[in-house]
Amino acid sequence: MTALAERDTRTPTGAPTVTMAAALNRALADALRDDETVLVFGEDVAALGGVFRVTDGLAAAFGEARVFDTPLAESGIVGTAIGMAMNGLRPVVEMQFDAFAYPAFEQITSHLAKLHNRTRGCISLPIVIRIPYGGGIGGVEHHCDSSEAYYTHTAGLRVVTPATPGDAYALLRQAIDCPDPVIFLEPKRRYWSKETTVLDHTASVIDQAIVRRPGTDVTLIAYGGTLRTALDAADEAQENGHSVEVIDLRSLSPFDDDTVTASVRRTGRAIVIHEASRFCGYGAEVAARLSEQCFHYLEAPILRVTALDIPYPPPHLEQHHLPSVDRILDAINRLQWCETATTKAAG
Amino acid sequence: MTSVTDAVPSRANQRRLLPTTTPLALLSPDGQPVHSTSLDMPGDDVLVGLHRQMVLGRRFDTQATALTKQGRLAVYPSARGQEAAEIGAVAALRPQDWLFPTYRDSMAIVARGVDPVEALILLRGDWHCGYDPYAHRVAPQCTPLATNAPHAVGLAHAARLKGEDTVALVMLGDGATSEGDTHTALNFAAVWNSPVVFFVQNNGYAISVPVAKQTAAPSLAHKGIGYGIPGLLVDGNDPAAVYAAVRGAVESAADGGGPTLIEALTYRIEAHTNADDAARYRPQAEVREWLDRDPVTRIRQYLLDQGLMDAAALSALDAEAEAQAEDLRRRMNIDTVPDPADLFRFVYAEPTPALRREQRQLAAELEELADEAGEMR
Repeated sequence: MTALAERDTRTPTGAPTVTMAAALNRALADALRDDETVLVFGEDVAALGGVFRVTDGLAAAFGEARVFDTPLAESGIVGTAIGMAMNGLRPVVEMQFDAFAYPAFEQITSHLAKLHNRTRGCISLPIVIRIPYGGGIGGVEHHCDSSEAYYTHTAGLRVVTPATPGDAYALLRQAIDCPDPVIFLEPKRRYWSKETTVLDHTASVIDQAIVRRPGTDVTLIAYGGTLRTALDAADEAQENGHSVEVIDLRSLSPFDDDTVTASVRRTGRAIVIHEASRFCGYGAEVAARLSEQCFHYLEAPILRVTALDIPYPPPHLEQHHLPSVDRILDAINRLQWCETATTKAAG
Repeated sequence: MTSVTDAVPSRANQRRLLPTTTPLALLSPDGQPVHSTSLDMPGDDVLVGLHRQMVLGRRFDTQATALTKQGRLAVYPSARGQEAAEIGAVAALRPQDWLFPTYRDSMAIVARGVDPVEALILLRGDWHCGYDPYAHRVAPQCTPLATNAPHAVGLAHAARLKGEDTVALVMLGDGATSEGDTHTALNFAAVWNSPVVFFVQNNGYAISVPVAKQTAAPSLAHKGIGYGIPGLLVDGNDPAAVYAAVRGAVESAADGGGPTLIEALTYRIEAHTNADDAARYRPQAEVREWLDRDPVTRIRQYLLDQGLMDAAALSALDAEAEAQAEDLRRRMNIDTVPDPADLFRFVYAEPTPALRREQRQLAAELEELADEAGEMR
């Protein structure tokens, strides 16, 4: 097997340095090894190992009965996965790119999300749909969508997205073990990001946000591809005298109210960051929830730093579309610092 | 798990993939035996059983329509006139096989063994599915067209991977054959050589739109050859032919022969549902013509002619059907109050904290309403 994970370098302490793609590959291999009901299938996942090589080596290691290419039809991939899960298997399927998952939308929203509820729990669908999503890689049209809100709006689905290699491994293992259907969004511009970490999935991560950087003045709420941008912005803001806390949501649905509201109650300010467009985007739900639950702790309106309300632009213009460190710093500056200082002084 | 890449079906004889120009039949419309070179007449006990289920099925169907008029069902899509197709297909399944029905196939799922009241819970409006799919291997009745076809393929493929002898039969209507999932499922099943029977009841209309506006194909069964799947065109009002065709397809699938597409030509005697007005789109003369080709009369005539049934047996069967309808009426007339807590119970394996909050809120609202009602008394 020529799995990506084998090409990792190791530190003297034994913790490997892995890319997110390699961590995902290892998670699939370990799940296939540990549970013989796990199947991996989709378009180009077998001989090619996936267009991002996330399934590299799996067909050779586990055989074409468990890791296989399907005819090219996303609704067929998800639809047949549903039938397989009804018959006791745990399919992990790949949609090649975010926008190419749309032909499967009816199967996902009308059946995958609802069959457990429709049958009063008789049918369980432990299916994982892996979707490389988001931009920032110079992809042409239909290869860069941030489609998370379509899925988070649908009750019955879990929607998770890792931002680090370590989380990619743990989240995918837990998604495969989860009895609920999981939309697993992989931020493709982070596929080649590296982390030195022991791959482990024993600590629960699937429905818990995590504080990636502690701070006291403002909370940045990010996930997937925007976590790195948020952390970079936090470092720069520190130089301007703002102590910034950064939360990585990890689970978009269900939403971890406890972790996020605890942070915002401490800092009194919040900015939600995502690559998807603003209007009716995921940040709108986060801002509304925080307003409902943290209103009396807030020093300023909750702001959103998002992509523009336009169709995803061509590669040579995408830098204007995506949230940037500068836009996040601008938003931090707009959080009514002076007014608070005045109020505090008057008080 | 076993490999499934071994048995690639032979494409050598393409002619065997094409349907006949005239529908396959074993019984003429007036109940006379018809010689067939490709179908065998089922045994006498099978024919008697088919007739019994068709009589019970028709009585169930007319009772359900009546319950709709009385307000006991929210809606009912009748299958009256399609008894040969509904019953013939289900009777050909073995206990280990799976049925994937649509909303019009209540008669079929009752024939499969699902309790009639449980079968009608969807249409009564108490829940989306009233039976345990695993109890009789009957998937929930599917409302979006053709979307259950890939489910049948997936379930059948999984059975092969696990080494189980299971065939999945998915029911489709003529309109559903225009949907993308029909194409997708036929293609996946063919490529995977899955043990699936695609059973299309061509009842003439998709609500109001006639088949001529769905397809330019010579028949729906002709679509099979495009996927490398044999297509059979069957007289869908001939229960013997439907049974024989489906039985053959099930046995072939179980033997590794892969999927079959069967088109059963039949007719929807009632409107699409009680909410539809069929007079707006089809002439009454056409309905009368199909009433003359009634599937129940056809097999009954054959059984009487062959001495397989007499008048006493007939009246006993009618009494059985009447008793079943009476039982259905009685049980459907019991008022039910679905538990609002169920709204939250099955969304996920475990309710999320947010769902628990919503559940508490709804419970508080209901408590308040109950208190107000108490005060008004």
